[in-house]
Amino acid sequence: MSGLVLPVAVLAALACVPLLSPPDYFMHLLVTGLLTALAGTGWALMGRYRLVSFGHGAFLGIGAYVMGLLWNYYGISPWLGVPIGVAAAVGAGLLLGYPCFQLRVVGHYFALVTLAAGEIVRILIVALRDVTGGSLGMTPHQAPPGGAFAAMQFDKAGFWWVALAAWALGLLAWRVLDRSMTSKALAAIAEDEDAAASIGIRVTREKLKLTMLSVALAALAGALTGQYRMYLNPESLAGLGISLQIVFVAIAGGMYSPIGPTIGALITIGLEESLRVAFGTQFTGAAAFVYGILLVLFMIFLPRGIAGLLERRAAARPGRRLAGAEGTVPAVQPPG
Amino acid sequence: MSGVGTLELSGIHAGYGDFQALFGVDLRVEPGEAVGVVGPNGAGKTTLLRVISGLIRASAGTLRFGGADLAAVPAHELPVLGIAHVPENRRLFPQLTVEENLKVGAYIKSARARFQERRDHVFELFPRLKQRRHQLAGTMSGGEQQMCAIGRALMSGPRILLLDEPSAGLAPLVVQQVFDLVRRIRQEGLTVLIVEQNVAQVLRVVDRAYVLETGRVAAEGASAALAADPAIRRSYLGGALSAWIPSCWRPC
Repeated sequence: MSGLVLPVAVLAALACVPLLSPPDYFMHLLVTGLLTALAGTGWALMGRYRLVSFGHGAFLGIGAYVMGLLWNYYGISPWLGVPIGVAAAVGAGLLLGYPCFQLRVVGHYFALVTLAAGEIVRILIVALRDVTGGSLGMTPHQAPPGGAFAAMQFDKAGFWWVALAAWALGLLAWRVLDRSMTSKALAAIAEDEDAAASIGIRVTREKLKLTMLSVALAALAGALTGQYRMYLNPESLAGLGISLQIVFVAIAGGMYSPIGPTIGALITIGLEESLRVAFGTQFTGAAAFVYGILLVLFMIFLPRGIAGLLERRAAARPGRRLAGAEGTVPAVQPPG
Repeated sequence: MSGVGTLELSGIHAGYGDFQALFGVDLRVEPGEAVGVVGPNGAGKTTLLRVISGLIRASAGTLRFGGADLAAVPAHELPVLGIAHVPENRRLFPQLTVEENLKVGAYIKSARARFQERRDHVFELFPRLKQRRHQLAGTMSGGEQQMCAIGRALMSGPRILLLDEPSAGLAPLVVQQVFDLVRRIRQEGLTVLIVEQNVAQVLRVVDRAYVLETGRVAAEGASAALAADPAIRRSYLGGALSAWIPSCWRPC
């Protein structure tokens, strides 16, 4: 019980942010940050058990486009469209995951398969331009007057609350997973699949459960991002660029701590904005270049990310113990 | 019909691709019994255990446990049936603590509710594990790791324990300790099938043994009888010939 007081208090405080009426630009960064954090949280759930996906952008795209198409063509509200989009993405995740896990595609090979999957979704969206608008993107229709709520079309404050709820759901999923037998089984699988199977762990099933959870969070982030921007684009919601950004969010922030991806998202958004201001449109490749260098530096010097650094500080302080350290199995540790 | 918890292999043929490693092996382990499978390198001992634990499939022959056909049972279902496998080289999860290793050992549904009780029991059997419960398994000595691997296997509440080369890669003194562990488990009334190169040691622990040579059962019988058999003594236990060889050169 007492473990719930702090999260609820933080959530309540965050929910009050729009009441301070901050500038629109600031609210925009916060909403984008939360949704990016949600996608990163989803990715980190898999990443910390050594299931490295370079294709999570695909699931953002599926979530967003299924929702957008349902609204534009069939008038189905995003309130329904988002869950349907998430379900579609989970289906795609199972389609990708089942053969991979059954045939024991692991490590680098798994990363390559997901990389290809991410690109396939982007190319499909572009190729189906008659329906999806192709690389020009797609704009969800404006809600009829008075129907904004039913169509999930809010101002920035409204979306802040939606994003906050989705983000909290991601952290809750993390916590539930952490306390389950599945997380122990996954830690064992990450270390030695054969040994895990020899003690009765259903390797394929546990990995699929994790994939479904991770994909669902990513798809939720994708659908809400599309709905928030009121613009869907295959480059920014599917494909390699966004997939790598999610990886960066999780690794920079730290994938072994539940708040790691959130820290990573704040860093990423901050970096993105400052690069945009610094380089403008002059030097469009610069952002990817900076991400690449930072990713390498993080992998070498801070494999547990910023959150790992903070945890180490907290642990070094005498008389203090890491919250939640007892009774939970730490996810697989990075080497070194 | 075989009784509850009898492991029964008959006419097992198995191999890898074109290479055949087992030629019609018959083997039987009764409940409560400790049985050894011994033989030189390449005799097919590990293949035999892999067939039992479902890692490879027999190309011919039948494999039954407690009357149930194991032929189509996948590896991860065996613990549910009461078969626990301690693999060669222990295969612990080195980055998990001792207690976490035990925890995942109790993964199967029937074992989860009894985790604490069984863990305490394992700690009672192996007090050293209790001392090291918060240590990462990979940082322990070989003998302690073997202890942890056996403990992890016991967590699923098995009826039969399969031990693959428990002495492999361990110092002679530690080998002694590992066989003491096996003796302690035997006193629990657990059925044990142990595959070993260390013939002298294993014959002291088991009731009966099978001698495997080039994929066939070359001899079988009570361990005392096998230990007294002149042919076995000559081949495996250091008979007249090897008396000429200084003891430190003898394989053990």
